[in-house]
Amino acid sequence: MTTRVFVATADAGALSVGAEAVADTIGAEAAARSQDVTIVSTGSRGLYWLEPMVEIEAPDGGRRAYGPLTPKDIPGLFDAGWLAVGTAGQESGLALGPTEEIPFLKQQSRFTFARCGIVDPASLDDYRAHGGLKGLTAAVDMTAEAIVQAVTDSGLRGRGGAGFPTGIKWRTVLQTSADRKYIVANADEGDSGTFADRMLMEGDPFVLIEGMAIAGLAVEATHGYIYLRSEYPHAIARMNHAIGTARAAGVLGTDVLGSGRAFDIDVRVGAGSYVCGEETALLESLEGHRGQVRPKPPLPAHEGLFGRPTVINNVVTLASVPFVLAEGPQAYADVGFGRSRGTIPIQLAGNVRHGGLFEAAFGMTLGTLIDDVGGGTLSGRPVRAVQVGGPLGPYFPRSLFDTPFDYEAFAASDGLIGHGGIVVFDDTVDLAHQARFAMEFCAIESCGKCTPCRIGSTRGVELVDRITANRTTGNRSTDHSDRMSDITLLEDLCETMKYGSLCALGGFAPYPVMSALTHFPEDFGASRERSTAAE
Amino acid sequence: MTRAEPIQQREIDEILLRFRGVEGATLPVLHAIQGAVGFIPESAVPAIAAFLNRTRAEIHGVISFYHDFRYEPAGRHVVKLCRAEACQAMGGERLADIVKRDLALEFDETSGDGAVSLESVYCLGLCACAPAAMVDGRLVGRLDEEGAGALVREVRS
Repeated sequence: MTTRVFVATADAGALSVGAEAVADTIGAEAAARSQDVTIVSTGSRGLYWLEPMVEIEAPDGGRRAYGPLTPKDIPGLFDAGWLAVGTAGQESGLALGPTEEIPFLKQQSRFTFARCGIVDPASLDDYRAHGGLKGLTAAVDMTAEAIVQAVTDSGLRGRGGAGFPTGIKWRTVLQTSADRKYIVANADEGDSGTFADRMLMEGDPFVLIEGMAIAGLAVEATHGYIYLRSEYPHAIARMNHAIGTARAAGVLGTDVLGSGRAFDIDVRVGAGSYVCGEETALLESLEGHRGQVRPKPPLPAHEGLFGRPTVINNVVTLASVPFVLAEGPQAYADVGFGRSRGTIPIQLAGNVRHGGLFEAAFGMTLGTLIDDVGGGTLSGRPVRAVQVGGPLGPYFPRSLFDTPFDYEAFAASDGLIGHGGIVVFDDTVDLAHQARFAMEFCAIESCGKCTPCRIGSTRGVELVDRITANRTTGNRSTDHSDRMSDITLLEDLCETMKYGSLCALGGFAPYPVMSALTHFPEDFGASRERSTAAE
Repeated sequence: MTRAEPIQQREIDEILLRFRGVEGATLPVLHAIQGAVGFIPESAVPAIAAFLNRTRAEIHGVISFYHDFRYEPAGRHVVKLCRAEACQAMGGERLADIVKRDLALEFDETSGDGAVSLESVYCLGLCACAPAAMVDGRLVGRLDEEGAGALVREVRS
């Protein structure tokens, strides 16, 4: 009997740390020992500190995990009989036991990522065998209005950052009449610290296809685009392959699952512009223009792609919809915190011991996520700051670690959840340097359409440079008063950018800057008392 | 380095034909040309503009807007280092300085002999395996000083 061995060679993260070589070695060792092994290429379970992780299927169908492995660990594991014996590799510390019992995984509620790392992402049959297409099958028998109502009832909000209720967006598109409508998946996941979209597209591409097809039925759209960033070549290949498979099986095409309704999808590859993650810039880019932001209104729901009503949702949002249709809206709405319903795939990244993807109901505190789930820093030094929500998210100090992960609670602390990315920094971080980087990044990536963002970001870099020049060695008295007036000017500039910019790039770049200034004034050569004295 | 013009033109015409009837074809067209030729030849801009029914200025505007598109060929090896926050948190900037020094290149530069281009990338989505790089399309995570040295030797050999 053949033993199935699972390696995350479909995942770019696992590949980056050598999953391919591990898989190849397993194949070669098995052949040399005449052992019957089938290697299944999967996405990652999201336990990145254990990648390359290998799972052996036990006779009862459960899986035992080993990791992190290198090719030289493999012969020893074969010697110890890892294909048959559950205890092999224990003395070396490589055996992790039953995968589902690993605490990081056990504490999660996997709704959207239920299949990621488990199924063969190239196989539609495997997808179906693990509950895939149940949502779309249900949707086919529902009216458009009923699908929209189900999504509304689930309380699902856009996971891309803004947290806008998905059902309301869909209803607007459904109620707008037009000769054509579009579904656009925003797969331009450019925020540092976020990789949920990438993992999903590589590890379970059919769930995005299913979610988009449901959206198509819900708003009577016949065509969808996945705008996928060029920095994700593996995800591009996986999505294209899955779309071809779905088309051949009648999941996509002129007759979606025999419904008599048409829906098809194309992948469009971005070209390295961060601002194209902003929905209106993305639409401009899809149409073939420079990715410059459009003023709203008109909303994309009324006049979106090629002037037609368009649902534009993030990958995780669309991929959450099949669960809602398959299990019912109440099953989704039952978990969560306050007005943030369902689960959010939180991505722990940067200087963190247990970096990876952690899908959980809203409401866990930031401190629990970083200290308990993430295990603190990888360097072993104290956590000094965490950036939540990408390069435009604020830096939080330890004093804000009791903030629950929830859209409203974060907003109340001048924070944002964004796409659920958390980047951890230890005490070697210089927050003035990070503030400078936020402005520099905004200057590099500004689309140039509005002045506050285009000019403000460049002036912001100059100001931070001036503030931090001779931070410790300068003439105390005159230098200090110049610095204080420059800090006031920087705060003014941030206000202007925040309220005067056309989109979130210029509007949110002040968040990392202001949070650094507020919570870590000493890094700017200012005193802790400054902020209170000024008020 | 530069390829013969007539061959290029024929290749580009063939690429354009493949995109007839495709809506919003600008980016796919430019990706296809750059994929085949290695860059966007400036001499191809009029043909692209005519095909897409746009002005040459608009096409130049698109090419110059996106970081991916280039008018000049890249080096034979392309090293992309992630410079974003998650990689910074793991000492990515220190590694960037080492790579810069050892390759004797600044970011967005190609070496005089056409061997290596060094580029910044803002996030490869490998944030839980930081710092990260991409060398000729191959992903490298958990980069350390030793790894950076090996990377430089590889592209310099």
